[in-house]
Amino acid sequence: MDLNTVEELDRPKGGAAVAARAGRLNDSEAWLAGGTWLFSEPQPRVSKLVDITGAGWAPLTINTCGLEIAATCTVAELDALRTPEDWRAAHLIGACSRAFLASFKIWNVATVGGNLCMGLPAGPMISLTASLDGACRIFGRDGSEWEVPALDFVVGPQQTVLRPGELLRSIRIPVDRLRRPAAFRRIALSPMGRTGALVIGTLAPSGGIDITITGATPRPVRIAFHTVPDATSAARAVDAAIPVGGWYDDVHGSPEWRRAMVKEFAGEISEELGAAARMRQ
Amino acid sequence: MTFTVNGQETDAEPRPGQCLRTFLRDQGWFGVKKGCDTGDCGACTVHVDGKPVHSCLMPAVRAEGRAVTTIEGLAEGHVLHPAQQHFLDAQGFQCGFCTAGMVMTTAALDQGQRTDPDRLFKGNLCRCTGYRPIREAVRGQPVPPGPRDAPAPAGLAVVTGRARFTMDVAPAGILHLKILQSPHASARILAIDTTAAMAVPGVVAVLTHADAPARCFSTARHENPLDDVDDTRVLDDVVRFAGQRVAAVVAETEAAAEKARDLIAVDYELLPAVLDPVEALLPGAHIVHDKPLSSRIANPARNIVAELSGGTGDVEAGFAAADAVHEATYETQRVHHAQLETHGAIGWLDAEDRLTVRTSSQTPFLTRDALATLYGLPRGKVRVFCERIGGGFGGKQEMLTEDIVALAVLKTRRPVKLELTRAEQFTMTTTRHPMRITVKVGARKDGTLTAMQMHMLSNTGAYGNHGPGVLFHGSGESIALYRCPNKKVDGVAVYTNQMPSGAFRGYGLSQTNFAVESAMNALAARLGIDPYAFRRKNMVMPGDPMVSLDAGPHDVEYGSYGLDQCLDLVERAMSETPPAYAETSAAATGTGARDEMGDPADWLIGRGMAAGMIDTIPPRGHIAECWIRVSERGYELGTGTAEFGNGTSTVHAQMAADALGTTPSRIRLKQSDTDVSGHDSGAFGSTGTVVAGAATLIAAEKLAGLIRQAAADRLGIAVDAVTLGPDGATGAGRTLPLSTFAGLSADGRTRGTPRSVAFNVQAFEVAVHRRYGTIRILRSVHAADAGTVINPRQCRGQIEGGVAQALGAALWERVMIDGEGRVTNAAFRGYHIPAMGDLPVTEVHFADTYDSIGPLGAKSMSESPYNPVAAALAAAIHDATGVHLTATPFLADQLHGRLGAARSAAAISPTEETFRDVIAV
Repeated sequence: MDLNTVEELDRPKGGAAVAARAGRLNDSEAWLAGGTWLFSEPQPRVSKLVDITGAGWAPLTINTCGLEIAATCTVAELDALRTPEDWRAAHLIGACSRAFLASFKIWNVATVGGNLCMGLPAGPMISLTASLDGACRIFGRDGSEWEVPALDFVVGPQQTVLRPGELLRSIRIPVDRLRRPAAFRRIALSPMGRTGALVIGTLAPSGGIDITITGATPRPVRIAFHTVPDATSAARAVDAAIPVGGWYDDVHGSPEWRRAMVKEFAGEISEELGAAARMRQ
Repeated sequence: MTFTVNGQETDAEPRPGQCLRTFLRDQGWFGVKKGCDTGDCGACTVHVDGKPVHSCLMPAVRAEGRAVTTIEGLAEGHVLHPAQQHFLDAQGFQCGFCTAGMVMTTAALDQGQRTDPDRLFKGNLCRCTGYRPIREAVRGQPVPPGPRDAPAPAGLAVVTGRARFTMDVAPAGILHLKILQSPHASARILAIDTTAAMAVPGVVAVLTHADAPARCFSTARHENPLDDVDDTRVLDDVVRFAGQRVAAVVAETEAAAEKARDLIAVDYELLPAVLDPVEALLPGAHIVHDKPLSSRIANPARNIVAELSGGTGDVEAGFAAADAVHEATYETQRVHHAQLETHGAIGWLDAEDRLTVRTSSQTPFLTRDALATLYGLPRGKVRVFCERIGGGFGGKQEMLTEDIVALAVLKTRRPVKLELTRAEQFTMTTTRHPMRITVKVGARKDGTLTAMQMHMLSNTGAYGNHGPGVLFHGSGESIALYRCPNKKVDGVAVYTNQMPSGAFRGYGLSQTNFAVESAMNALAARLGIDPYAFRRKNMVMPGDPMVSLDAGPHDVEYGSYGLDQCLDLVERAMSETPPAYAETSAAATGTGARDEMGDPADWLIGRGMAAGMIDTIPPRGHIAECWIRVSERGYELGTGTAEFGNGTSTVHAQMAADALGTTPSRIRLKQSDTDVSGHDSGAFGSTGTVVAGAATLIAAEKLAGLIRQAAADRLGIAVDAVTLGPDGATGAGRTLPLSTFAGLSADGRTRGTPRSVAFNVQAFEVAVHRRYGTIRILRSVHAADAGTVINPRQCRGQIEGGVAQALGAALWERVMIDGEGRVTNAAFRGYHIPAMGDLPVTEVHFADTYDSIGPLGAKSMSESPYNPVAAALAAAIHDATGVHLTATPFLADQLHGRLGAARSAAAISPTEETFRDVIAV
């Protein structure tokens, strides 16, 4: 929709020019990447947009360390990525893209960084990067830069660790996580609806599994197991990790249902990854 | 900046915060539609450098140097793009508002993607069709039309983006109107300071209750205005729901109007708010409307807008004679029409100083009358008209924008436009009436009904528009469907400080059908009687009186009767192997956690059915007057009824063409304009065919007679020897071209009485996931008694669309209202209407009947398919799980909580009763 309060659009050219804005935005200014959330609601406090898509950041970089996804990489670009054969977790990219409520047309414009910065419990790029232990690179004022695990980037519904004016530059996913076998489960109240619970498990070389819960909780939750648990133990661990009041409550699912679904999924994932572990032996 | 649109170099500067959608419309590309403006519905889909995007979310500046294609640029000259051709061939649209986006999305897919469109189209919402013809169009596999399947006259305009909807014009010098909505559910306005707002450059006027007429009216439109209560002002000094109009700004630009709106300072005195309809009835409850008797509110002091009671026989004796009695309370929620085109109107003063309003309405004539009354103008000084309307479903049988646009036009004497945003549509229009319905039914061991009792509590919200009508209509056919000597019905419609309810497809019957049919299914199960057999035993048959509140006399007759056939058709279809497409539909019903069904042991399978009856025309008179004349190139037909996807334009052209021995393409329609035809009550109550169409048929038959007479005179032969054809009148071996008769004309007039009855039967087979609570529809079968179906493809579309809309209400849709009375899910991303992949294909069967009352044997069929869906689905879920669901929607999270033992149990007894109040006598 038209953002009629916006009176100025700043379009810095080049990475240095964009980075120079970091940490310097005031309350009435907002970063503009894909714009798919920003333009979907009135933004009464925003009078200036600073467009970061002119930064020219390479959307996707594969190297020996793993995968670096620029904040401005579109979901469509990420979804189309051809990944090395030994990245057994790469199927999560497609699965998480399809977990968007939004259609593939939105993927042509929406960015991975934008989805993280929105900080919605159902943000599937949060699910993806958190479950694969991505690290978020953040630009602050005067060239400062810091990192935070993607698991800790979102702290609550529409709340992130970003301080005013800070800019998410990219997410680095370590190659060893991309090589893990991974299992994916998602549910919504309607077949084409918004995520009510999204659970991803990865199998560590040590034989343990990491289960990452999103969608059902206000922020991502990780449960790590040293060995593959049976379904009952996995479900019990979910209850131990998340208190009864710790489940998200909105129109996309009741807290009780979300808890029950995550417990079911934790069990299913444990069984699936347990089978994968046995295959490996 | 420069960019190309549909091959044309364009040089224009967007505003810094402007989206591509409005920027393209500014350049005159009106094919780019606004359904939601939030990226959810896809009606604004365009291609940017060949890639499909939702243009409402794209900053316009990003089009710089790029090539944009809109629906208007898709065809190569006169050669349609294959996607357009397929949508035309499949008639993959009804109102056509979503079509541009559907076609543009299809055109962006490769052949492989088109074969499996469900997931790819989750960003393209259609509210009319139920998606079956859209899926066929996307796949490029339109079903060939049958001999009676005339295509919609506007089809080519729809698929090329040339069809003009309400907002698709740009009058010079137009002003924009924006409304300040109340944040409070109940408050008195003590003062409004408009100083800062008026100081915003470009603001022309700020309107408050001080500018509005003192007169109260009802937003509801009926042939007789006295059918509704006068409780509404254009702008009031009391607000009764969060979202109500408080003030309006009229400005040169939308931006200025919005800015000024946000600068209006209002001093509110908060009043108590009553949000629950039960509490509203309690002594001492806050009185929502302190109004005089002349308002026609039944009992203002008790918040009762209308009440009713009646029946026949002695229900106490009837229950005493029963072997089994079932009693339960059923609840239906607040649901939105969710038409893809929001409400909106554009008004101006014409050259003769007449107030002229172009609007999105089902009732242009009644709105004209209401505006004339409200502003004290003679009828002749007001003109109201509609072009193509983007969906109605009853929501546009209201005057929700025209009144304030008229006020702004009369104040500023300039053209004024009001186009509601989707969020405004969700918070300041109307919804279906939420109801709490207690039903008690009793029967003997052999299944014979002995007594029926129903109590209705209808929540009309803050205003009483359609409150009485929906209460009365809801009390009718759901009860009258059954032959039973003892009946008792009572009900109240109460005010609350929630958003207003209003007319909605089914008009009260979808709510009471859910309650009564669910109760009948429970009673039949209790007695161990098959639900089809139970209906056959108790349903009314021709000759039986149709009794609910009273036994008559009234003007409803058995013009035809096909309920028996409908039951047979559905029962037989459910017992046979599903046709090939049913497999697709099961797959299309989507996912629980995984794309495949997973472990079959996780799924509980069940079946259920429900029936429904509806009077073919609303009571108390429904008028249609039309004319038809011979023109230069064929015929011109002037009719008042509006086209919003109901397909009546097609049927009118078809009926007239049949009577005149010509083809529908030779009938040019001029419609829904108070300047063009005589009076028309409007396109509501499923009357487009049976009332307005009947008038068209009368006029066309008269004209045919006049032409034949004139031809006979010319040729010197008997009238009987003259036949009419597409090229003219033929007799004695000679053909007189149609132009010979130019100037001949005839009128048709109908009054909507007597009325007949139409029937629907719906059945489902469902699978419920025992661990997740998710529901999949494996089969959906519907049989309709629509009399002689004039256009089977179109009638099937009405049925599929009705079932689809009802499935949305039965499974997912709900307006969430918080403790302060505010709607909290005012967007499609929070209010889930069915997407393509959410819905099964519904198998449609028609009874073979000929109605003695309707035109050409036809009966109405647009509201009623909606009605039996929720009860049939609840029955199927009960059959699968043993859980009786008594409140819609049947959400997976709530069903999961009720599954209890079924979650782990290997077998469920389908007759296990979970009702607290089932009594075996």
